[in-house]
Amino acid sequence: MSDELEKLFKEMAQSIIDGDSDISVELAKKSIEMGVPPLDAITKGFVVGVNYIGDQFGAGEAFLPELVMAGEAMKAAVATLEPELIKLGEAREIMGRVVLATVEGDIHEIGKTLVGTMLSASGFEVVDLGVDQPADKIIGKALEINADLIGMSALLTTTMVRQREVIEELDKEGLRPRIKVMVGGAPITRDWATKIKADGTSEDAVGAVQLAKQLVGKE
Amino acid sequence: MSHKNIKTISNPKLKLEILTKEDVQKIHDATLQIIENVGVRFPSKRALEIWEANGADVDHEKRIVRVKPQVIEEALKKCPPAYTLAARDPQQDLPLDGNHVCLGTDGCGVEVIDIETKEKRTSCLQDVRDIARVADATEEVAFHWVPVSAQDTPAETRGLHEVKAVWENSTKHVQTESIYSVHEAQAAMEMAVILAGGKAEVRKRPVLSLMQCTAPPLGHDGGSLDAALIAAEHGIPTGFMTMASCLTTGPATMAGTLAVGNAEVIAATALLQLAYPGAPVFYAAAQTASDPRSGAYTGGGPEDFLFGAATNVLADFYNIPLSMGSFATGAKEPNWQAGLEGSLSTFMASVVMSDMLLGVGFLHGSRIWSYAEMMMDCEIFSIIHKMMQGIVVDEETLALDAIAAVGPGGHFLAQKHTRNHMRDLFLPQFLDRRPYTEWETKKDDARDWALNKARKILKEHQPDPLDERISKEFDKIIKSVEKS
Repeated sequence: MSDELEKLFKEMAQSIIDGDSDISVELAKKSIEMGVPPLDAITKGFVVGVNYIGDQFGAGEAFLPELVMAGEAMKAAVATLEPELIKLGEAREIMGRVVLATVEGDIHEIGKTLVGTMLSASGFEVVDLGVDQPADKIIGKALEINADLIGMSALLTTTMVRQREVIEELDKEGLRPRIKVMVGGAPITRDWATKIKADGTSEDAVGAVQLAKQLVGKE
Repeated sequence: MSHKNIKTISNPKLKLEILTKEDVQKIHDATLQIIENVGVRFPSKRALEIWEANGADVDHEKRIVRVKPQVIEEALKKCPPAYTLAARDPQQDLPLDGNHVCLGTDGCGVEVIDIETKEKRTSCLQDVRDIARVADATEEVAFHWVPVSAQDTPAETRGLHEVKAVWENSTKHVQTESIYSVHEAQAAMEMAVILAGGKAEVRKRPVLSLMQCTAPPLGHDGGSLDAALIAAEHGIPTGFMTMASCLTTGPATMAGTLAVGNAEVIAATALLQLAYPGAPVFYAAAQTASDPRSGAYTGGGPEDFLFGAATNVLADFYNIPLSMGSFATGAKEPNWQAGLEGSLSTFMASVVMSDMLLGVGFLHGSRIWSYAEMMMDCEIFSIIHKMMQGIVVDEETLALDAIAAVGPGGHFLAQKHTRNHMRDLFLPQFLDRRPYTEWETKKDDARDWALNKARKILKEHQPDPLDERISKEFDKIIKSVEKS
C-alpha cells in the first residue's frame, strides 16, 4: 500500500472516530478522485474507525454521543460512495436488511432511531419508517425491500400490544421465520417478547445490534 | 485552587439557611450563660491554672470552671480565621479558608471487614497502613484521620504507631483523634517537627493536626486537654469535638444539645487562646440523637443531618474552621440505610461549607471499617461535589444553536455541542444503570464494584515513600516513650 493511500485510510478512520461527517464525506470524495476502489475505502478506511469506537464504547471509554456521531459520519461516507459502487456494479456486503418503525398510536422514537444508526454503522441496510406505523405499512415495506428483519418499538403499555398484531399478521401470511422480528422500548421485557413470539428483544441499541447479527446468522 | 489528586468542594452554588442570625445569637447567649453559671469540667491541673490566672471561678474539688462571657468572647477573637493543613506533599496542602470542603477518612474504628476474606476481625496496625494507602490514591479523600485502632501495638504508644503508619503510606495531611496524653502528644510534636524540618517550619506548615473529643455533657478529658495545650504551643491545629447526643448526653431538644456542645467546644477553644493566643484551632462536632427506645448511639437520622448544617453556622459565627461529622451510619453492612445516612449527612454538612468532613468508611456507628463502604462514600461525596457546582446559565449552556439544529423531535446525540459538553455530566462508578437483563445474569452491585476498586488500589498504588531516615527517627521517638 502506498504511503499516500495508507494516510488516506488512517484519516478516514479518524474522521469516524471524531464523528465528523463533513470530513468523512470529503475523504470519500477524495478517494473517488484518487481512483481508490470504494469497497477498499469502506473496509480499510471507515470501518476501522467504526470498530475502534465500538470497542471503546464497549469498554466504557467512549460515550453514546461519540458512538452515534461515528455512526452518522459512517452513514454519510457510505452514501457518498454508493453511486460509485453502483457504477462499478459492486455492492457493499450487507449484514442484512431491516425495517424499523414505532408502532401505530405511538410517537416515541429516540430509542428506535438510535438502533437504526447503530445498525447502519454495523453494516445493515436500514429503512426507518418513523413513528405511528400501522401493521400493513410495516409489512408492506418489509416485502418491498426483501427485509430480513423487522424492528418495532413502543413506549406505552397501551401501544405495545400493536407489536403482537404485526407478528400475528406476519404469521398469518406465512412470512416467518423468513422475516425475523425484534421488539424494543422501555416497557418491553423478555417475558413480553416471548409471550408475543418475537424473535428477540434488547434493552439498548448496542444489544440490538448483537441481536440483529444473531438473527441473521452473522454472529 | 486545585490540588494534586484531591477533590474539594469550592465556590458553592447552593445555599441553605438553617439558623437565622437571631437563632445563632440565642444559642451563643445560652452557651455563655451555661459557661458562666453551670460551668464546664476541666480535669487538668494545667488547664485549671490557666483558667484561674485569667480570672475564672475555679472549683478545684469538682474541677469545674465558671467563666465570665467577656473572657470567653475576648479569647475567641484571637482565633485565626483561616490557615493551611499541610501535607507531606505540599501540592496536597489544604486551605481551611471557608471556601473548601475537604473530606477525610472516619476514625478510630475497632473492627475491619477484611479486604480479601470479607470476614470481620479486630483492627491492627497493618489495617492503618492499608487504609492510608487506599485513601492516598482516592481523589475524594483529602486528608486522613487514623481510621482504625492499631490494637496490636502497645496501648501507651498506639497513637504514635498509627500516625507513623499513615505518614509512611500517604503524602496527604494527617489528623489524629487518637493522641490524648502528655507523653504521646510531646512525642507526636517531635515527629511533626522532624517531618516539617524544624519547629518554625511546622508552625508554617503543620503536617499534623489534632482532634480531641469532649466529654459531654459539659466536660473534658484531662489527657485531651493537656495534649491540646501541647499542640497549641507548637502551632499544631487543634479542634475539640462535641458528640453531645439528644436524650442522653444532651437535652432531648436539638437547640439545647447545640448549646451544651457549643459550651464544651468554645470553652476549650478559649482555653487554648488564653494559653497561646493565635494558636490555630477548629470547631469540631458530630452531634446526634440517641435512639429513644434504647439510648443507643449509632449516628445518622434527621437530627444528625440538621446538626451537620447548623454547626457550621456556629463555627462561622466564631469565625473558625469546622470539622463536621458526616457519613455516620448505624447500618451493619453497606445498604439502604448507609447510603441514605451518608448522603443526607454529607449533603447537609457540605451545603453550608463545613471545612472538613469526617469521614468515609464506617459501618455500625463508626466501629466497623469497610473498604466497599469507603469507596461508595467517596462516590457520594463526588455526587455532592457535582451538585454543589449548581447549574451554569449562559449563552453556551443554553445551547440555542443545538436546539435549533435538532428542532422538534430527533435527538441531541449527534450535535457537536453535545460532544463538547457530555463530559460535564456526572459519570458514576457505582450506580447501576445497566440493562435489567445484564443485572439478572450477573446479580452484582455497587458493593462488589467498590470492593474490587479498593482491592485494585491496594494491589497497585505505591505512594511516594517517606524518607527512611525519618522513619527511623520516628522509631527512636516511639521506643523512648515505650521505655520511659
